[in-house]
Amino acid sequence: MAALSSSIYRPTFSKRLARVAHYCAVVLLIFLLLTPLIAFFFNAFSFRWFYPQLFPNELSMRAWQSIVASNSKVPEALLNSTILAVGVTLSSVVIGLPASRALGLYSFRGKRVIEFLILSPTIVPGIAVAMGLNINFIRWGLSGNILGVGLVHLVPVMPYVVLTMSGVFANYNPDYEQQARSLGAGPLATFWYVTFPAIFPGIVVASLFAYLISWSQYILTFLIGAGQVITMPVLLFSTASGSNNALTAAMSLVFVAPSILILILTARYLSGKSSAVGGFGQL
Amino acid sequence: MRTLWDRWHIPIMLTPTLAVIIFLFIGGLGYGTLVSLGWQPLIGRTEISLDAYTNILFSEQYSSVFWQGLLLTIWVSFASTFLGAALALATALLLRRTFIGKRFATFLYQLNLPVPHVVAAIGILFLFSQSGLISRTGAQFGIFGGPSDFPIVVRDKYGIGIILSFVWKEVPFVGVIVLAVLQSLGADYEDLARSLGANRWQRFRYVILPLVMPGLLSGSILVFAFTFGSYEVPAILGVRFPRTLTVTAVRFFRDPDLNSRTEGMAISIIISIIVFFLVLGYMWLSRRAIRKD
Repeated sequence: MAALSSSIYRPTFSKRLARVAHYCAVVLLIFLLLTPLIAFFFNAFSFRWFYPQLFPNELSMRAWQSIVASNSKVPEALLNSTILAVGVTLSSVVIGLPASRALGLYSFRGKRVIEFLILSPTIVPGIAVAMGLNINFIRWGLSGNILGVGLVHLVPVMPYVVLTMSGVFANYNPDYEQQARSLGAGPLATFWYVTFPAIFPGIVVASLFAYLISWSQYILTFLIGAGQVITMPVLLFSTASGSNNALTAAMSLVFVAPSILILILTARYLSGKSSAVGGFGQL
Repeated sequence: MRTLWDRWHIPIMLTPTLAVIIFLFIGGLGYGTLVSLGWQPLIGRTEISLDAYTNILFSEQYSSVFWQGLLLTIWVSFASTFLGAALALATALLLRRTFIGKRFATFLYQLNLPVPHVVAAIGILFLFSQSGLISRTGAQFGIFGGPSDFPIVVRDKYGIGIILSFVWKEVPFVGVIVLAVLQSLGADYEDLARSLGANRWQRFRYVILPLVMPGLLSGSILVFAFTFGSYEVPAILGVRFPRTLTVTAVRFFRDPDLNSRTEGMAISIIISIIVFFLVLGYMWLSRRAIRKD
């Protein structure tokens, strides 16, 4: 029916007008969404960008030079952020995998309560948790070091990792594992050749969110790191309170680039329907 | 051995995740609550009292900071959640139609999803400050004579800049969720409604809206809870008075005087309680609204 009507469809003038209006609206929308990002490029290469100038008259690499300069803290911050994000991603997936399997495959008494418990960090603000942990972490020597910061990053990360992977397990048939076992495969071989390939898309999405949430975390790092653990968001935040817009902009671009790249690389595993996209709301 | 595993495999599988949640999340909140009640054995305070709470809520010194901050926080998080959700729905409907370049447009639409809020706030500053890009663009057309002619929309006392920043982040986030629902539905329901004589508004109100509502609501719950407890954006784009509750809480907590930690902790416990009940109420209301439709 729809195909038939479209084959004899000839746009009238008002239909064409509507189409043009739709295009204009889409272009305007994309423009509005991208201008804040474009502003970073303007600022990052600007020098003595005086007021009425819309485009900087003098282009300069100064900001970029000070990022790679020997006294720059950016390399250290990038290293810390990377260690944290990779460590948090790997450990959250390993910790969350068994629970995701239990929640995805089985129904049991108290399941709703367990799910509520695991999801509750998405609602309660991180500062309350971090402030409470801060004092104990000082006592246990976890304050001001990267291990303590990584542990706290697990709190906002775990809900999304478990949510994503349990969704994959909900559509997973464990009978294949039985078949592999009865054909003589050991538990490790079964996991590696049967389970892992089947849940791989879920692991990719879970890792994406774990990485993104850890990478962009400011306040938990600030409260637990106590000024000792310099990550990219911490460095960027303190730079932004200064008045060097070019440096702030260049640093922001360095900070955001890996995230956008990783999102593009993993985009095909993401669908808006998977409940894990909620992780984007935490960034 | 086999039967033991059969009996206990679910609790054993849940243990690692629950350990993280219980020790770090519940433990942090619980210990924080104790601190907010004045329990700081490290500096020799072991008696439990509600002093910090009464101080914050009623004392002359702090109460205006708290209540004005609460008002600002509620205003900012409600305004950005509603504005963001409405724009997310509108833009998702815009991108849902078939047009040339749709894939590319959808890609650009999602580009800010991985951009952290610190960066979003800085971007808003670059655009909307008095000497920002928008002010400069206006000056090109002679609308503004100088930076001081541009209205103060960032670092303003109504939190406009904060709202702009949250809305910018939230529109694609909720929009992607809505878009996914719309795409999975296809055009069947609407074609059916159309063949029954429903006009454009009726198709939106009685077909599309009820179908996307659950996604729209669950997305905006997350956004609301996040904005209410968020720190970076109001810290970068806010003013000295009023400050949002999170910014005040962190200031108290970082104070060199260890006694004011108690107040800082109390404020963040109050924030958590408010968010918890608002989210609960919101879920209850939205479930009722969905059932009615």
